Amino acid sequence: MQAGESIPVRPFRAARFDWQSFFGRGATGVATLLIVAILAVILGNIILHGAGSVSWRFVTTGTAADMFDAGKAGIFPMIFGTTARVLLMTILVMPVGVLTAIYLTEYARLHSPFTRLVRGAVNNLAGVPSIVFGLFGAGFFVQFLGQHMDAVIHGQQAATVWGKPALVWASATLAVMTLPVVIVATEEALRAIPQGLREASLALGATKLQTIFKVVFPQALPGIMTGAILAISRAAGEVAPILFTGAAYYMADLPGSLHDQFMDLGYHVFILSTQSPDVRRTEPLLYATVFVLLVLTFSLNIAAIFVRASIRRKMRMLH
Amino acid sequence: MAQNSIRKVALSEASGTSPSAASRTLIEIQNLSLYYGSNRALKDISLDISERVVTAFIGPSGCGKSTLLRCLNRMNDLIDGVRVEGTVRIAGQDINSRDIDVIELRKRVGMVFQKSNPFPKSIYENVAYGLRLQGISKRSELNEKIERSLRQAALWDEVKDRLHTSGLGLSGGQQQRLCIARAIAIQPDILLMDEPASALDPIATARIEDLILELKKEFTIVIVTHNMQQAARVSDFTAFFYLGELIETGATSRIFTNPAQKRTEDYVTGRFG
Repeated sequence: MQAGESIPVRPFRAARFDWQSFFGRGATGVATLLIVAILAVILGNIILHGAGSVSWRFVTTGTAADMFDAGKAGIFPMIFGTTARVLLMTILVMPVGVLTAIYLTEYARLHSPFTRLVRGAVNNLAGVPSIVFGLFGAGFFVQFLGQHMDAVIHGQQAATVWGKPALVWASATLAVMTLPVVIVATEEALRAIPQGLREASLALGATKLQTIFKVVFPQALPGIMTGAILAISRAAGEVAPILFTGAAYYMADLPGSLHDQFMDLGYHVFILSTQSPDVRRTEPLLYATVFVLLVLTFSLNIAAIFVRASIRRKMRMLH
Repeated sequence: MAQNSIRKVALSEASGTSPSAASRTLIEIQNLSLYYGSNRALKDISLDISERVVTAFIGPSGCGKSTLLRCLNRMNDLIDGVRVEGTVRIAGQDINSRDIDVIELRKRVGMVFQKSNPFPKSIYENVAYGLRLQGISKRSELNEKIERSLRQAALWDEVKDRLHTSGLGLSGGQQQRLCIARAIAIQPDILLMDEPASALDPIATARIEDLILELKKEFTIVIVTHNMQQAARVSDFTAFFYLGELIETGATSRIFTNPAQKRTEDYVTGRFG
Protein backbone atom coordinates (compact mmCIF):
# COMPACT_ATOMS: atom_id res chain seq x y z
CA MET A 1 0.00 0.00 0.00
CA GLN A 2 1.25 3.42 -0.82
CA ALA A 3 1.34 6.13 1.80
CA GLY A 4 -0.27 8.65 -0.53
CA GLU A 5 -3.45 6.60 -0.82
CA SER A 6 -4.20 6.25 2.87
CA ILE A 7 -7.18 8.09 4.31
CA PRO A 8 -6.14 11.26 6.15
CA VAL A 9 -6.30 10.81 9.93
CA ARG A 10 -8.90 12.99 11.60
CA PRO A 11 -8.15 13.33 15.34
CA PHE A 12 -10.89 12.52 17.85
CA ARG A 13 -12.15 15.36 19.94
CA ALA A 14 -10.77 15.38 23.47
CA ALA A 15 -13.16 14.16 26.15
CA ARG A 16 -14.85 16.97 28.00
CA PHE A 17 -16.47 16.94 31.39
CA ASP A 18 -19.91 15.35 31.04
CA TRP A 19 -22.15 17.92 32.75
CA GLN A 20 -25.34 16.16 31.76
CA SER A 21 -24.39 12.93 33.48
CA PHE A 22 -23.11 14.88 36.43
CA PHE A 23 -26.42 16.67 36.95
CA GLY A 24 -28.51 13.64 36.11
CA ARG A 25 -26.76 11.42 38.55
CA GLY A 26 -26.43 14.23 41.08
CA ALA A 27 -30.09 15.32 41.16
CA THR A 28 -31.55 11.81 41.19
CA GLY A 29 -28.98 10.63 43.72
CA VAL A 30 -29.62 13.50 46.13
CA ALA A 31 -33.39 12.88 45.98
CA THR A 32 -32.85 9.20 46.74
CA LEU A 33 -30.47 10.00 49.55
CA LEU A 34 -33.05 12.38 51.04
CA ILE A 35 -35.67 9.63 51.16
CA VAL A 36 -33.26 7.18 52.73
CA ALA A 37 -32.20 9.79 55.26
CA ILE A 38 -35.77 10.66 56.25
CA LEU A 39 -36.65 7.00 56.64
CA ALA A 40 -33.50 6.39 58.65
CA VAL A 41 -34.24 9.30 60.98
CA ILE A 42 -37.84 8.19 61.59
CA LEU A 43 -37.04 4.52 62.10
CA GLY A 44 -33.82 5.24 63.98
CA ASN A 45 -35.60 7.61 66.36
CA ILE A 46 -38.36 5.12 67.07
CA ILE A 47 -36.08 2.12 67.41
CA LEU A 48 -33.59 4.01 69.57
CA HIS A 49 -36.20 5.35 71.99
CA GLY A 50 -38.84 2.66 71.62
CA ALA A 51 -37.12 -0.70 71.48
CA GLY A 52 -35.60 -0.28 74.95
CA SER A 53 -38.98 0.28 76.57
CA VAL A 54 -40.56 -2.78 75.01
CA SER A 55 -40.68 -5.65 77.45
CA TRP A 56 -42.48 -8.96 77.54
CA ARG A 57 -44.79 -7.55 80.21
CA PHE A 58 -45.50 -4.51 78.04
CA VAL A 59 -46.76 -6.49 75.05
CA THR A 60 -48.63 -9.17 77.03
CA THR A 61 -50.55 -7.24 79.66
CA GLY A 62 -53.44 -4.81 79.68
CA THR A 63 -53.47 -1.09 80.37
CA ALA A 64 -53.59 -1.51 84.18
CA ALA A 65 -54.91 1.24 86.41
CA ASP A 66 -52.98 4.07 84.80
CA MET A 67 -52.68 3.79 81.04
CA PHE A 68 -50.18 6.68 80.99
CA ASP A 69 -47.71 5.14 83.43
CA ALA A 70 -44.82 3.59 81.55
CA GLY A 71 -43.93 1.42 84.51
CA LYS A 72 -47.30 -0.34 84.67
CA ALA A 73 -49.24 -0.02 81.43
CA GLY A 74 -49.22 -2.72 78.77
CA ILE A 75 -50.60 -2.72 75.24
CA PHE A 76 -51.72 -6.25 74.57
CA PRO A 77 -55.38 -5.24 74.02
CA MET A 78 -54.28 -2.74 71.36
CA ILE A 79 -52.11 -5.28 69.58
CA PHE A 80 -55.04 -7.67 69.66
CA GLY A 81 -57.51 -5.03 68.44
CA THR A 82 -55.35 -3.80 65.57
CA THR A 83 -54.53 -7.35 64.43
CA ALA A 84 -58.18 -8.34 64.61
CA ARG A 85 -59.44 -5.36 62.63
CA VAL A 86 -56.79 -5.79 59.92
CA LEU A 87 -57.46 -9.51 59.50
CA LEU A 88 -61.20 -9.01 59.48
CA MET A 89 -60.84 -6.20 56.96
CA THR A 90 -58.78 -8.50 54.71
CA ILE A 91 -61.48 -11.17 54.90
CA LEU A 92 -64.11 -8.59 53.95
CA VAL A 93 -62.27 -6.68 51.23
CA MET A 94 -60.67 -9.52 49.27
CA PRO A 95 -63.80 -11.33 47.99
CA VAL A 96 -65.58 -8.10 47.04
CA GLY A 97 -62.51 -6.53 45.45
CA VAL A 98 -61.49 -9.65 43.53
CA LEU A 99 -65.03 -10.33 42.27
CA THR A 100 -65.36 -6.71 41.15
CA ALA A 101 -62.06 -6.90 39.28
CA ILE A 102 -63.09 -10.19 37.65
CA TYR A 103 -66.34 -8.59 36.55
CA LEU A 104 -64.55 -5.56 35.12
CA THR A 105 -61.93 -7.56 33.20
CA GLU A 106 -63.73 -10.76 32.26
CA TYR A 107 -67.39 -9.84 31.86
CA ALA A 108 -67.89 -6.11 31.36
CA ARG A 109 -67.18 -4.59 27.99
CA LEU A 110 -63.86 -2.81 28.10
CA HIS A 111 -65.03 0.63 27.03
CA SER A 112 -68.72 0.64 27.81
CA PRO A 113 -70.04 3.73 29.63
CA PHE A 114 -70.89 1.54 32.62
CA THR A 115 -67.37 0.12 32.92
CA ARG A 116 -65.90 3.58 32.63
CA LEU A 117 -68.26 4.82 35.32
CA VAL A 118 -67.27 2.00 37.69
CA ARG A 119 -63.58 2.51 37.03
CA GLY A 120 -63.93 6.25 37.60
CA ALA A 121 -65.80 5.59 40.82
CA VAL A 122 -63.06 3.21 42.00
CA ASN A 123 -60.37 5.78 41.25
CA ASN A 124 -62.30 8.51 43.04
CA LEU A 125 -62.81 6.24 46.02
CA ALA A 126 -59.04 5.99 46.28
CA GLY A 127 -58.78 9.78 46.58
CA VAL A 128 -61.31 10.24 49.38
CA PRO A 129 -59.68 11.37 52.68
CA SER A 130 -59.77 8.65 55.30
CA ILE A 131 -61.69 10.73 57.84
CA VAL A 132 -64.53 10.87 55.30
CA PHE A 133 -64.56 7.07 55.26
CA GLY A 134 -64.80 7.21 59.04
CA LEU A 135 -67.87 9.44 58.85
CA PHE A 136 -69.34 7.28 56.09
CA GLY A 137 -68.81 4.16 58.19
CA ALA A 138 -70.45 5.80 61.21
CA GLY A 139 -73.41 6.87 59.11
CA PHE A 140 -73.86 3.81 56.95
CA PHE A 141 -72.60 0.83 58.94
CA VAL A 142 -73.22 1.92 62.54
CA GLN A 143 -76.31 4.10 62.22
CA PHE A 144 -78.04 2.63 59.21
CA LEU A 145 -77.03 -1.01 58.91
CA GLY A 146 -76.41 -1.69 62.61
CA GLN A 147 -79.59 -0.10 63.87
CA HIS A 148 -81.68 -1.78 61.22
CA MET A 149 -80.13 -5.11 62.16
CA ASP A 150 -81.10 -4.46 65.75
CA ALA A 151 -84.62 -3.58 64.72
CA VAL A 152 -84.91 -6.78 62.69
CA ILE A 153 -83.31 -9.05 65.28
CA HIS A 154 -84.68 -7.56 68.48
CA GLY A 155 -87.90 -6.04 67.25
CA GLN A 156 -89.39 -3.42 69.54
CA GLN A 157 -87.18 -4.12 72.55
CA ALA A 158 -84.86 -1.39 71.36
CA ALA A 159 -81.70 -3.26 72.36
CA THR A 160 -78.51 -1.80 70.96
CA VAL A 161 -76.22 -4.64 69.93
CA TRP A 162 -75.12 -3.86 66.41
CA GLY A 163 -76.18 -0.22 66.21
CA LYS A 164 -73.05 1.13 67.92
CA PRO A 165 -69.35 1.33 67.02
CA ALA A 166 -67.94 -2.19 66.76
CA LEU A 167 -65.01 -4.22 65.51
CA VAL A 168 -66.97 -5.41 62.49
CA TRP A 169 -67.99 -1.89 61.45
CA ALA A 170 -64.46 -0.56 61.80
CA SER A 171 -63.21 -3.45 59.66
CA ALA A 172 -65.98 -2.90 57.11
CA THR A 173 -65.12 0.80 56.90
CA LEU A 174 -61.45 -0.04 56.33
CA ALA A 175 -62.52 -2.59 53.73
CA VAL A 176 -64.40 0.08 51.79
CA MET A 177 -61.37 2.34 52.03
CA THR A 178 -58.94 -0.31 50.71
CA LEU A 179 -61.30 -1.61 48.02
CA PRO A 180 -59.71 0.46 45.21
CA VAL A 181 -56.25 -0.90 46.03
CA VAL A 182 -57.46 -4.49 45.77
CA ILE A 183 -59.52 -3.88 42.64
CA VAL A 184 -56.72 -2.11 40.79
CA ALA A 185 -54.06 -4.70 41.75
CA THR A 186 -56.33 -7.60 40.79
CA GLU A 187 -57.35 -5.96 37.52
CA GLU A 188 -53.70 -5.49 36.60
CA ALA A 189 -52.98 -9.13 37.41
CA LEU A 190 -55.92 -10.32 35.32
CA ARG A 191 -55.05 -8.12 32.35
CA ALA A 192 -51.48 -9.40 32.37
CA ILE A 193 -52.74 -12.91 31.56
CA PRO A 194 -52.43 -13.52 27.81
CA GLN A 195 -55.74 -13.69 25.95
CA GLY A 196 -54.39 -16.83 24.26
CA LEU A 197 -54.73 -18.79 27.51
CA ARG A 198 -58.38 -17.90 27.81
CA GLU A 199 -58.96 -18.82 24.16
CA ALA A 200 -57.13 -22.13 24.60
CA SER A 201 -59.38 -23.02 27.50
CA LEU A 202 -62.59 -21.99 25.75
CA ALA A 203 -61.57 -23.82 22.59
CA LEU A 204 -61.32 -27.01 24.64
CA GLY A 205 -64.94 -26.68 25.62
CA ALA A 206 -64.54 -24.91 28.95
CA THR A 207 -67.23 -22.50 30.03
CA LYS A 208 -66.29 -18.95 30.86
CA LEU A 209 -66.59 -19.66 34.58
CA GLN A 210 -64.40 -22.77 34.30
CA THR A 211 -61.86 -20.74 32.37
CA ILE A 212 -61.82 -18.05 35.05
CA PHE A 213 -61.46 -20.52 37.91
CA LYS A 214 -59.07 -23.02 36.36
CA VAL A 215 -56.84 -20.82 34.22
CA VAL A 216 -57.25 -17.12 34.92
CA PHE A 217 -57.60 -16.97 38.70
CA PRO A 218 -54.68 -19.27 39.63
CA GLN A 219 -52.42 -17.27 37.33
CA ALA A 220 -53.52 -14.00 38.89
CA LEU A 221 -53.11 -15.17 42.49
CA PRO A 222 -49.68 -13.60 43.15
CA GLY A 223 -50.96 -10.28 41.80
CA ILE A 224 -54.05 -10.57 43.96
CA MET A 225 -51.82 -11.19 46.98
CA THR A 226 -49.97 -7.98 46.13
CA GLY A 227 -53.33 -6.26 46.39
CA ALA A 228 -53.86 -7.80 49.83
CA ILE A 229 -50.41 -6.67 50.95
CA LEU A 230 -51.06 -3.10 49.84
CA ALA A 231 -54.46 -3.09 51.53
CA ILE A 232 -52.98 -4.36 54.80
CA SER A 233 -50.19 -1.77 54.71
CA ARG A 234 -52.67 0.99 54.11
CA ALA A 235 -55.15 -0.12 56.74
CA ALA A 236 -52.89 -1.14 59.62
CA GLY A 237 -51.78 2.38 60.47
CA GLU A 238 -55.04 4.20 59.73
CA VAL A 239 -56.85 5.75 62.65
CA ALA A 240 -59.37 8.16 61.13
CA PRO A 241 -61.72 5.51 59.64
CA ILE A 242 -62.05 3.68 62.95
CA LEU A 243 -62.50 6.71 65.22
CA PHE A 244 -66.30 6.73 64.99
CA THR A 245 -66.81 3.15 63.92
CA GLY A 246 -65.19 0.94 66.54
CA ALA A 247 -62.09 2.15 68.36
CA ALA A 248 -62.46 2.62 72.11
CA TYR A 249 -60.55 5.00 74.38
CA TYR A 250 -60.43 2.42 77.10
CA MET A 251 -61.86 -1.05 77.60
CA ALA A 252 -61.33 -3.31 80.57
CA ASP A 253 -61.66 -6.48 78.50
CA LEU A 254 -60.69 -7.71 75.08
CA PRO A 255 -63.45 -7.61 72.48
CA GLY A 256 -65.37 -10.88 72.75
CA SER A 257 -67.45 -10.63 69.62
CA LEU A 258 -67.75 -8.78 66.34
CA HIS A 259 -70.09 -6.20 67.83
CA ASP A 260 -67.74 -5.19 70.64
CA GLN A 261 -65.52 -2.15 70.48
CA PHE A 262 -61.76 -2.56 70.62
CA MET A 263 -58.63 -0.67 71.52
CA ASP A 264 -56.25 0.13 68.70
CA LEU A 265 -52.52 0.81 68.54
CA GLY A 266 -52.76 3.83 66.24
CA TYR A 267 -55.57 5.38 68.24
CA HIS A 268 -53.66 4.65 71.43
CA VAL A 269 -50.68 6.58 70.09
CA PHE A 270 -53.01 9.54 69.55
CA ILE A 271 -54.41 9.18 73.09
CA LEU A 272 -50.98 8.90 74.67
CA SER A 273 -49.70 11.96 72.88
CA THR A 274 -52.69 14.22 73.55
CA GLN A 275 -54.43 13.06 76.71
CA SER A 276 -51.60 12.38 79.11
CA PRO A 277 -51.47 14.50 82.25
CA ASP A 278 -47.68 14.12 82.37
CA VAL A 279 -46.08 14.13 78.95
CA ARG A 280 -42.59 13.41 80.20
CA ARG A 281 -43.68 10.31 82.06
CA THR A 282 -45.66 9.00 79.09
CA GLU A 283 -42.95 9.55 76.48
CA PRO A 284 -41.22 6.12 76.74
CA LEU A 285 -44.64 4.51 76.55
CA LEU A 286 -45.44 6.48 73.43
CA TYR A 287 -42.22 5.49 71.71
CA ALA A 288 -42.67 1.86 72.65
CA THR A 289 -46.24 1.83 71.34
CA VAL A 290 -45.21 3.37 68.03
CA PHE A 291 -42.40 0.83 67.79
CA VAL A 292 -44.84 -2.04 68.33
CA LEU A 293 -47.23 -0.56 65.75
CA LEU A 294 -44.42 -0.49 63.18
CA VAL A 295 -43.36 -4.05 64.00
CA LEU A 296 -46.95 -5.26 63.75
CA THR A 297 -47.50 -3.56 60.38
CA PHE A 298 -44.27 -5.05 59.04
CA SER A 299 -45.18 -8.48 60.41
CA LEU A 300 -48.61 -8.49 58.77
CA ASN A 301 -46.93 -7.43 55.53
CA ILE A 302 -44.24 -10.05 55.77
CA ALA A 303 -46.83 -12.74 56.47
CA ALA A 304 -48.67 -11.80 53.28
CA ILE A 305 -45.42 -11.64 51.33
CA PHE A 306 -44.56 -15.17 52.52
CA VAL A 307 -47.93 -16.43 51.37
CA ARG A 308 -47.36 -14.86 47.95
CA ALA A 309 -43.87 -16.31 47.69
CA SER A 310 -45.16 -19.78 48.50
CA ILE A 311 -47.85 -19.46 45.80
CA ARG A 312 -45.21 -18.41 43.29
CA ARG A 313 -42.98 -21.29 44.29
CA LYS A 314 -45.84 -23.75 43.87
CA MET A 315 -46.60 -22.29 40.45
CA ARG A 316 -43.02 -22.80 39.37
CA MET A 317 -42.70 -26.32 40.71
CA LEU A 318 -46.13 -27.31 39.47
CA HIS A 319 -48.22 -30.24 40.43
CA MET B 1 -74.09 -17.16 -8.40
CA ALA B 2 -70.70 -17.12 -9.96
CA GLN B 3 -68.92 -18.26 -6.83
CA ASN B 4 -71.27 -21.14 -6.31
CA SER B 5 -70.67 -22.39 -9.79
CA ILE B 6 -66.92 -22.17 -9.27
CA ARG B 7 -67.28 -24.15 -6.12
CA LYS B 8 -69.28 -26.87 -7.81
CA VAL B 9 -66.83 -27.14 -10.64
CA ALA B 10 -63.97 -27.30 -8.25
CA LEU B 11 -65.52 -29.97 -6.08
CA SER B 12 -66.57 -32.19 -8.92
CA GLU B 13 -63.13 -31.90 -10.35
CA ALA B 14 -61.62 -32.60 -6.97
CA SER B 15 -63.66 -35.69 -6.45
CA GLY B 16 -62.13 -37.03 -9.62
CA THR B 17 -58.54 -36.38 -8.65
CA SER B 18 -58.37 -36.60 -4.89
CA PRO B 19 -57.47 -39.82 -3.14
CA SER B 20 -60.26 -39.06 -0.67
CA ALA B 21 -62.81 -39.30 -3.42
CA ALA B 22 -65.40 -40.94 -1.21
CA SER B 23 -65.27 -38.37 1.58
CA ARG B 24 -68.50 -36.55 2.20
CA THR B 25 -69.08 -32.93 3.06
CA LEU B 26 -68.81 -32.23 6.78
CA ILE B 27 -68.90 -28.45 6.91
CA GLU B 28 -71.19 -26.39 4.69
CA ILE B 29 -70.73 -22.65 4.70
CA GLN B 30 -73.50 -20.77 2.93
CA ASN B 31 -73.56 -17.07 2.09
CA LEU B 32 -71.58 -16.26 5.21
CA SER B 33 -70.87 -12.61 5.91
CA LEU B 34 -69.21 -11.29 9.03
CA TYR B 35 -69.14 -7.71 10.27
CA TYR B 36 -66.85 -6.07 12.79
CA GLY B 37 -69.17 -3.21 13.64
CA SER B 38 -69.90 -1.75 10.23
CA ASN B 39 -66.83 -3.24 8.60
CA ARG B 40 -67.66 -6.29 6.50
CA ALA B 41 -64.76 -8.69 7.00
CA LEU B 42 -66.23 -11.69 5.20
CA LYS B 43 -68.32 -11.25 2.09
CA ASP B 44 -70.91 -13.83 1.17
CA ILE B 45 -68.71 -16.89 1.51
CA SER B 46 -70.02 -20.24 0.36
CA LEU B 47 -67.77 -23.24 0.75
CA ASP B 48 -68.05 -26.95 1.45
CA ILE B 49 -65.36 -28.74 3.45
CA SER B 50 -64.97 -32.48 3.17
CA GLU B 51 -64.45 -35.02 5.88
CA ARG B 52 -60.98 -36.41 6.71
CA VAL B 53 -59.05 -34.29 4.30
CA VAL B 54 -56.93 -31.24 4.87
CA THR B 55 -58.42 -28.00 3.61
CA ALA B 56 -56.13 -24.99 3.49
CA PHE B 57 -57.26 -21.36 3.63
CA ILE B 58 -54.72 -19.17 1.90
CA GLY B 59 -54.57 -15.50 1.06
CA PRO B 60 -52.75 -12.30 1.97
CA SER B 61 -52.94 -10.82 5.48
CA GLY B 62 -56.32 -9.38 6.33
CA CYS B 63 -58.16 -11.45 3.73
CA GLY B 64 -60.41 -12.97 6.38
CA LYS B 65 -59.05 -16.51 6.42
CA SER B 66 -58.49 -16.62 10.18
CA THR B 67 -61.81 -14.91 10.79
CA LEU B 68 -63.57 -17.59 8.76
CA LEU B 69 -61.72 -20.31 10.65
CA ARG B 70 -62.90 -18.83 13.94
CA CYS B 71 -66.47 -18.90 12.66
CA LEU B 72 -66.27 -22.68 12.63
CA ASN B 73 -66.00 -23.01 16.42
CA ARG B 74 -67.62 -19.65 17.15
CA MET B 75 -64.51 -18.13 18.70
CA ASN B 76 -65.68 -14.85 17.21
CA ASP B 77 -68.38 -14.84 19.88
CA LEU B 78 -65.68 -13.56 22.23
CA ILE B 79 -65.19 -10.38 20.26
CA ASP B 80 -67.49 -7.45 20.91
CA GLY B 81 -69.44 -6.12 17.97
CA VAL B 82 -69.13 -9.12 15.66
CA ARG B 83 -72.23 -9.99 13.66
CA VAL B 84 -72.63 -13.01 11.41
CA GLU B 85 -75.06 -13.50 8.53
CA GLY B 86 -75.58 -16.68 6.57
CA THR B 87 -75.20 -20.20 7.84
CA VAL B 88 -72.47 -22.63 8.83
CA ARG B 89 -73.61 -26.24 9.03
CA ILE B 90 -71.52 -28.95 10.60
CA ALA B 91 -72.88 -32.44 9.98
CA GLY B 92 -76.07 -30.79 8.86
CA GLN B 93 -76.66 -28.65 11.95
CA ASP B 94 -76.62 -24.87 11.91
CA ILE B 95 -73.95 -24.06 14.51
CA ASN B 96 -75.13 -20.46 14.93
CA SER B 97 -78.60 -21.62 15.88
CA ARG B 98 -79.77 -20.85 19.40
CA ASP B 99 -80.35 -24.56 19.98
CA ILE B 100 -76.66 -25.38 19.60
CA ASP B 101 -74.62 -25.50 22.81
CA VAL B 102 -71.43 -23.64 21.97
CA ILE B 103 -69.51 -25.57 24.66
CA GLU B 104 -70.44 -28.86 22.98
CA LEU B 105 -69.56 -27.37 19.59
CA ARG B 106 -66.06 -26.45 20.76
CA LYS B 107 -65.53 -29.92 22.19
CA ARG B 108 -66.19 -31.31 18.73
CA VAL B 109 -64.31 -28.62 16.81
CA GLY B 110 -60.85 -28.34 18.29
CA MET B 111 -58.44 -25.50 17.64
CA VAL B 112 -54.70 -24.94 17.51
CA PHE B 113 -53.62 -21.33 17.60
CA GLN B 114 -50.96 -19.37 15.78
CA LYS B 115 -49.08 -18.58 18.95
CA SER B 116 -48.58 -21.73 20.96
CA ASN B 117 -50.43 -21.26 24.21
CA PRO B 118 -49.82 -24.08 26.66
CA PHE B 119 -51.24 -23.47 30.11
CA PRO B 120 -48.65 -22.66 32.77
CA LYS B 121 -49.19 -26.16 34.10
CA SER B 122 -47.34 -29.43 33.70
CA ILE B 123 -47.26 -31.24 30.36
CA TYR B 124 -49.55 -33.86 31.88
CA GLU B 125 -52.04 -31.31 33.16
CA ASN B 126 -52.09 -29.47 29.85
CA VAL B 127 -53.37 -32.55 28.06
CA ALA B 128 -55.56 -33.55 31.02
CA TYR B 129 -57.33 -30.17 31.03
CA GLY B 130 -59.90 -30.90 28.34
CA LEU B 131 -60.36 -34.47 29.57
CA ARG B 132 -61.09 -33.28 33.09
CA LEU B 133 -63.62 -30.81 31.69
CA GLN B 134 -65.42 -33.81 30.26
CA GLY B 135 -65.57 -35.32 33.73
CA ILE B 136 -62.81 -37.88 33.28
CA SER B 137 -61.00 -38.17 36.59
CA LYS B 138 -59.88 -41.77 36.83
CA ARG B 139 -56.10 -41.80 36.86
CA SER B 140 -55.71 -44.88 34.66
CA GLU B 141 -58.08 -43.48 32.03
CA LEU B 142 -56.36 -40.10 32.09
CA ASN B 143 -52.92 -41.71 31.82
CA GLU B 144 -53.97 -43.82 28.89
CA LYS B 145 -55.64 -40.99 26.97
CA ILE B 146 -52.78 -38.59 27.66
CA GLU B 147 -50.19 -41.07 26.44
CA ARG B 148 -52.19 -41.75 23.30
CA SER B 149 -52.63 -38.05 22.54
CA LEU B 150 -48.97 -37.31 23.09
CA ARG B 151 -47.99 -40.24 20.88
CA GLN B 152 -50.39 -39.04 18.19
CA ALA B 153 -48.86 -35.59 18.42
CA ALA B 154 -45.40 -37.16 18.01
CA LEU B 155 -44.31 -35.74 21.34
CA TRP B 156 -44.42 -38.76 23.64
CA ASP B 157 -40.83 -39.90 23.25
CA GLU B 158 -39.52 -36.42 24.00
CA VAL B 159 -41.59 -35.80 27.12
CA LYS B 160 -42.45 -39.18 28.63
CA ASP B 161 -39.80 -38.78 31.33
CA ARG B 162 -40.87 -35.29 32.32
CA LEU B 163 -44.64 -35.30 32.10
CA HIS B 164 -44.90 -33.45 35.38
CA THR B 165 -42.62 -30.57 34.48
CA SER B 166 -43.93 -27.31 33.09
CA GLY B 167 -45.26 -27.22 29.55
CA LEU B 168 -43.60 -23.83 29.25
CA GLY B 169 -40.18 -25.50 29.53
CA LEU B 170 -40.55 -27.05 26.08
CA SER B 171 -39.16 -25.61 22.85
CA GLY B 172 -41.46 -23.64 20.56
CA GLY B 173 -42.11 -26.59 18.27
CA GLN B 174 -42.68 -28.94 21.18
CA GLN B 175 -45.08 -26.45 22.76
CA GLN B 176 -47.11 -26.34 19.57
CA ARG B 177 -47.21 -30.14 19.41
CA LEU B 178 -48.32 -30.11 23.05
CA CYS B 179 -51.15 -27.79 22.05
CA ILE B 180 -52.06 -30.23 19.27
CA ALA B 181 -52.00 -33.13 21.75
CA ARG B 182 -54.21 -31.12 24.07
CA ALA B 183 -56.65 -30.40 21.27
CA ILE B 184 -56.90 -33.99 20.01
CA ALA B 185 -57.07 -35.53 23.51
CA ILE B 186 -60.79 -34.83 23.66
CA GLN B 187 -61.20 -36.43 20.23
CA PRO B 188 -62.86 -33.68 18.25
CA ASP B 189 -64.27 -34.39 14.79
CA ILE B 190 -62.64 -31.32 13.30
CA LEU B 191 -59.29 -29.72 14.02
CA LEU B 192 -58.87 -26.05 13.15
CA MET B 193 -55.29 -24.85 12.83
CA ASP B 194 -54.62 -21.13 12.64
CA GLU B 195 -51.14 -20.74 11.11
CA PRO B 196 -49.81 -23.42 13.48
CA ALA B 197 -46.23 -23.23 12.23
CA SER B 198 -45.82 -19.54 11.48
CA ALA B 199 -43.67 -18.93 14.55
CA LEU B 200 -41.51 -22.05 14.14
CA ASP B 201 -38.19 -22.78 12.49
CA PRO B 202 -38.10 -24.95 9.32
CA ILE B 203 -37.34 -28.21 11.16
CA ALA B 204 -40.12 -27.74 13.71
CA THR B 205 -42.41 -26.71 10.85
CA ALA B 206 -41.62 -29.90 8.95
CA ARG B 207 -42.52 -31.95 12.02
CA ILE B 208 -45.86 -30.18 12.35
CA GLU B 209 -46.55 -30.77 8.65
CA ASP B 210 -45.76 -34.47 8.95
CA LEU B 211 -48.07 -34.55 11.92
CA ILE B 212 -50.89 -32.95 9.96
CA LEU B 213 -50.59 -35.61 7.26
CA GLU B 214 -50.76 -38.27 9.98
CA LEU B 215 -53.72 -36.66 11.77
CA LYS B 216 -55.90 -36.31 8.71
CA LYS B 217 -56.53 -40.04 8.83
CA GLU B 218 -58.60 -39.42 11.91
CA PHE B 219 -59.63 -35.78 11.86
CA THR B 220 -61.04 -33.30 9.41
CA ILE B 221 -58.44 -30.57 9.33
CA VAL B 222 -58.83 -26.97 8.28
CA ILE B 223 -55.58 -25.05 8.27
CA VAL B 224 -54.97 -21.37 7.74
CA THR B 225 -51.56 -20.61 6.35
CA HIS B 226 -49.78 -17.74 4.70
CA ASN B 227 -47.15 -20.14 3.51
CA MET B 228 -48.12 -21.39 0.06
CA GLN B 229 -45.54 -24.16 0.00
CA GLN B 230 -47.06 -25.40 3.22
CA ALA B 231 -50.55 -25.36 1.74
CA ALA B 232 -49.25 -27.24 -1.27
CA ARG B 233 -47.49 -29.82 0.89
CA VAL B 234 -50.18 -30.63 3.43
CA SER B 235 -53.58 -29.86 1.95
CA ASP B 236 -55.94 -31.75 -0.33
CA PHE B 237 -58.16 -28.77 -0.99
CA THR B 238 -57.33 -25.10 -1.03
CA ALA B 239 -59.52 -22.05 -0.72
CA PHE B 240 -58.05 -18.72 -1.76
CA PHE B 241 -59.36 -15.58 -0.09
CA TYR B 242 -58.81 -11.96 -0.98
CA LEU B 243 -60.22 -8.94 0.86
CA GLY B 244 -62.89 -10.98 2.59
CA GLU B 245 -64.03 -12.79 -0.52
CA LEU B 246 -63.60 -16.39 -1.47
CA ILE B 247 -61.94 -16.11 -4.88
CA GLU B 248 -61.41 -19.71 -5.75
CA THR B 249 -61.50 -23.15 -4.26
CA GLY B 250 -60.60 -26.60 -5.47
CA ALA B 251 -58.15 -29.44 -5.27
CA THR B 252 -54.81 -28.12 -4.08
CA SER B 253 -52.99 -29.59 -7.07
CA ARG B 254 -55.22 -27.70 -9.45
CA ILE B 255 -55.20 -24.41 -7.54
CA PHE B 256 -51.42 -24.38 -7.66
CA THR B 257 -50.97 -25.59 -11.22
CA ASN B 258 -54.00 -24.43 -13.10
CA PRO B 259 -55.97 -21.75 -11.23
CA ALA B 260 -59.13 -20.53 -12.92
CA GLN B 261 -58.88 -16.99 -11.60
CA LYS B 262 -56.22 -14.46 -12.48
CA ARG B 263 -55.96 -13.24 -8.85
CA THR B 264 -55.35 -16.78 -7.62
CA GLU B 265 -52.64 -17.27 -10.16
CA ASP B 266 -51.01 -13.96 -9.24
CA TYR B 267 -51.04 -14.92 -5.56
CA VAL B 268 -49.83 -18.50 -5.80
CA THR B 269 -47.06 -17.50 -8.17
CA GLY B 270 -45.97 -14.82 -5.71
CA ARG B 271 -46.86 -11.80 -7.77
CA PHE B 272 -48.59 -10.17 -4.81
CA GLY B 273 -49.44 -10.89 -1.20
